[in-house]
Amino acid sequence: MDVSDLRKGVKIKMDGAPHVVTHFDFMKPGKGQAVYRCKLKNMLTGNQFDKSWRSGDKMEKADLRSSVLIYSYKEDDQYIFMHPETYDQTYISEQVMGNQKHFLIDDAECEVLYFEDAPIEVALPNFVVKEITYTEPGARGDTATNVTKPAQIDTGYEVQVPLFINEGDLIKIDTRTGDYAERVKK
Amino acid sequence: MSKSSLLRLKKKNFKVRSDLLRSLRAFFYDQDFIEIDTPVALKTPALEDYIDAIPAGFKWLRTSPELHMKRLLVAGHEKIFQLGSCFREGEFGARHREEFTMLEWYEAGGDYLSILEQTKGLLRKISSDLDLRKAYFEAKWQVLTVNEAFEKYAGLPAEEAIAKGEFEETLCFKVEPHLGKDVPTILIDYPASLAALSKKKKDDSNLAERWELYVDGLEIANAYSELTDPDEQLKRFRETAKLRSQENREVYEIDQDFMEALLEGMPESGGIAVGIDRLCMAMLQVEDISEVVFD
Repeated sequence: MDVSDLRKGVKIKMDGAPHVVTHFDFMKPGKGQAVYRCKLKNMLTGNQFDKSWRSGDKMEKADLRSSVLIYSYKEDDQYIFMHPETYDQTYISEQVMGNQKHFLIDDAECEVLYFEDAPIEVALPNFVVKEITYTEPGARGDTATNVTKPAQIDTGYEVQVPLFINEGDLIKIDTRTGDYAERVKK
Repeated sequence: MSKSSLLRLKKKNFKVRSDLLRSLRAFFYDQDFIEIDTPVALKTPALEDYIDAIPAGFKWLRTSPELHMKRLLVAGHEKIFQLGSCFREGEFGARHREEFTMLEWYEAGGDYLSILEQTKGLLRKISSDLDLRKAYFEAKWQVLTVNEAFEKYAGLPAEEAIAKGEFEETLCFKVEPHLGKDVPTILIDYPASLAALSKKKKDDSNLAERWELYVDGLEIANAYSELTDPDEQLKRFRETAKLRSQENREVYEIDQDFMEALLEGMPESGGIAVGIDRLCMAMLQVEDISEVVFD
């Protein structure tokens, strides 16, 4: 692709890794050549950096695709997902799962992003319901939501919850931030 | 947000834009300039190194009215101005649109310095008529040579940046953000290799009689003592054609009507192009061109 096709959000391949353009500026001084100034984010490492190109420069589009898979089970440090129609299995490492591994629930529909056929990112449903496995008891009748305490879910992940949440309660967690969203009635 | 509601947000800015055009026309009429309209669809666009034209059927949309206005100077029209749309392919960003509004004026007998005095007068009148940024434009304008600016803000001479092929990056990233901060800045004495269609300096042929105006780091205007020598002009067109051809970019035909006019004899003149959308941005102190154009 040509540098003039760059825009915010476009994904390109550089040094063997996919990068997303997070900021884009077209500059052209006086009678001079156009300069395309971008901020890039390496989609594998998260590293951000500045990069500029001149008009006429060429680059490679990142070969990315995504598909919706169903989470099945965990085996050693691999998470196994299944395609809902072909039943093909995909193994995703703990490293690629990142923090999302804490919020996996059985049969969750996840969007898996592939770069050149290797999974690089897993997006869970925005909210998942998890059970509190441990927390100190809160004061009975205290319904304040602005005071929080730590609580654990089955995966060992620690989340800040309001004081009225008790062990055994079900809560909704926002998987994008990892934060408590609300209590769920059983 | 719907397109109509986006346009509704621009009500105040469009009024300022209209007041600016009224003030600007009054300035030129008061000084006995006449307003000119030259063709927008051209047989061939101006041949410049890095300005690309948008095709329109068998013609091209103009990238600037410069060559046609110079033909009017040859024909004896001494004080002329024009306001209108120009088009440059692929230019799009917070400070660029492919279609934009340009003001150009030319004065026979003038040069880049007489144009500078007129520019000060024009911008001071506009800011006073609009009652916007009066102190800023009334202040003494800063004049920096290209070399001084490069030394001061990038720590290297402009010629060195050109030799390294980093002139544009250095200017955009390191120099421009400092220009026009507290008062308007005139960047002057461009290296001759960046003369474009300007005359070389009488006492130093390494420099061109060209300046640019900056407000808040934004390039607003580009002025020349106009090149009048037909041989030198033809030489520069041919160099540009060669560069464009080497880079596999469209090589426009040389405008023969313009070359004929130069051979007849063009009077010594000063001329300038001002980006009107950007001038509105500067008056309103907004950072994105979308706030002052229809879009």
